[in-house]
Amino acid sequence: MPASSSKRWLRVWQLLLFVAFLLLWYVGTSPTLLPPVYFDDPNKAAFFFGEPLKIFERTWVWFSSGTIYPHLWVTLLETLLAFVIGTASGLGMGLWLALSPTASALLDPYIKALNSMPRVILAPIFAVWFGLDVASKVALGVTLVFFIVFFNVFQGVREVSFTVVANARILGASERQLLRHVYVPSAMSWVFASLHNSVGLAFVGAVVGEYLGSSRGVGYLILQAEGTFDINAVFAGIAVLTAFALLLDWLVTLVERRLLVWQPRGGETEKM
Amino acid sequence: MSNAVPALALEAVTVTFVSADGGRYTAIRDTTLRVQSGEFVSVVGPTGCGKSTLLNVAVGLLQPSSGRVTTFGAPLRGLNPKAGYLFQTEALMPWRTARANVAAGLEFRGVNDAEANARADQWLQRVGLGGFGDRYPHQLSGGMRKRVSLAQTLILDPQIILMDEPFSALDIQTRHLMENELLELWQANRKSVVFITHDLEEAISLSDRVLVLAAGPESHPIGEYAIDLPRPRDVAEIRLTPRFIELHGLIWHAMREEVLKSYARQLQ
Repeated sequence: MPASSSKRWLRVWQLLLFVAFLLLWYVGTSPTLLPPVYFDDPNKAAFFFGEPLKIFERTWVWFSSGTIYPHLWVTLLETLLAFVIGTASGLGMGLWLALSPTASALLDPYIKALNSMPRVILAPIFAVWFGLDVASKVALGVTLVFFIVFFNVFQGVREVSFTVVANARILGASERQLLRHVYVPSAMSWVFASLHNSVGLAFVGAVVGEYLGSSRGVGYLILQAEGTFDINAVFAGIAVLTAFALLLDWLVTLVERRLLVWQPRGGETEKM
Repeated sequence: MSNAVPALALEAVTVTFVSADGGRYTAIRDTTLRVQSGEFVSVVGPTGCGKSTLLNVAVGLLQPSSGRVTTFGAPLRGLNPKAGYLFQTEALMPWRTARANVAAGLEFRGVNDAEANARADQWLQRVGLGGFGDRYPHQLSGGMRKRVSLAQTLILDPQIILMDEPFSALDIQTRHLMENELLELWQANRKSVVFITHDLEEAISLSDRVLVLAAGPESHPIGEYAIDLPRPRDVAEIRLTPRFIELHGLIWHAMREEVLKSYARQLQ
């Protein structure tokens, strides 16, 4: 009981911290509440930092009028596609290279080079190749997700216990069965370990891609608002993005719990 | 008995490892081991004497540098299809439940899921884990995991069972329990067993024959002893019989020097 009540208090304090932050923001930017301390014009603080109430109002209008849904849908679609394609290709490539020493030795310097390249810089190239629509954003997200998954799978396969592999072989596993029943499950646990990262990066790829050139998406909304110095809309866009990033992260946690039941969790006792 | 084709025969086997920097290490030299059908043979020796190497050669995980390995008269190529192997370390697939681990070998052989699972449940019952089919390895104790491993190996009904210090990680009570269960399972359906251990008492109480290896490197057999203790045995009780003590004294006398050699080498 004390544990759960202290947890409840923690939540309360977290909420209070958020309210205090909003309050400070509101008081600091309101043109009428306080005399201007830094800016010569009482409206300037609101111009630079936005006003929480107006941001909330803007968000509310977006959702109630439904204007945000097509944009949000596009951004989520890009994120999802980048995540799925990046994970699948990273998994395939990671398995292949980990199980084929010749290929991995040959490709090693190129993979290192590609990974250390700042990939956001590819966005204009992707825009030229794939146009300003969904495909170029997906491509950017894929380049971000791919390497995370790839390195994790590569590591995961390398770290499969020799005994487990030998045992499966002796039990009669063919090379294909070994891949399916030993290497892939082992690699999957590493993929899941990187899932939070890769979903986050797929999202980053989508938004940055939109921001750099697009006609739809939440990133595009932010870009447009910026073009008209509408700081409240910029912050509203950021708030929506943050909320959805948290939502995605939470979904990943749910999937992870479901699929990694076989892994011991910290503090879990042995059930006799 | 010596005229019959042995279930497993290692003839004049030498294993030399070559490391990346060109160093050579001969683990076992000129070792011959023949195991008849239904015979329980233990191999004892001080640590680092190449016992596991011998077993890896027998199962086909390692190719000998020279010498021949045959199983039921046929030369061994690749993995030994007649052999099951119980590892010293954890060998269960952690992402599979106990039942799925036991059923794995059948599944690999194309037995349908329903039948494989039904047979796995029977085997779990037989090793005393009837209600634990849905547990994952991390939810089982060390002794329970060993039982799952045992069931996983025995469900395939191998003609030769190779065991590499399978119980060395268990506490002494669990160990005696497991040894008795192993003997009971073996007694019911006699297969050839090669049991590797560093524990002489364990070797004598389980086996028909004990092979003593010299200290490594270049380990080789230095003695072979027939164990004429009556069966069925209880591994804890048989240790108190005069014949056991006599055999123990005899074999220990031969082993002592090798153990000391191996110990001195470790201190260097």
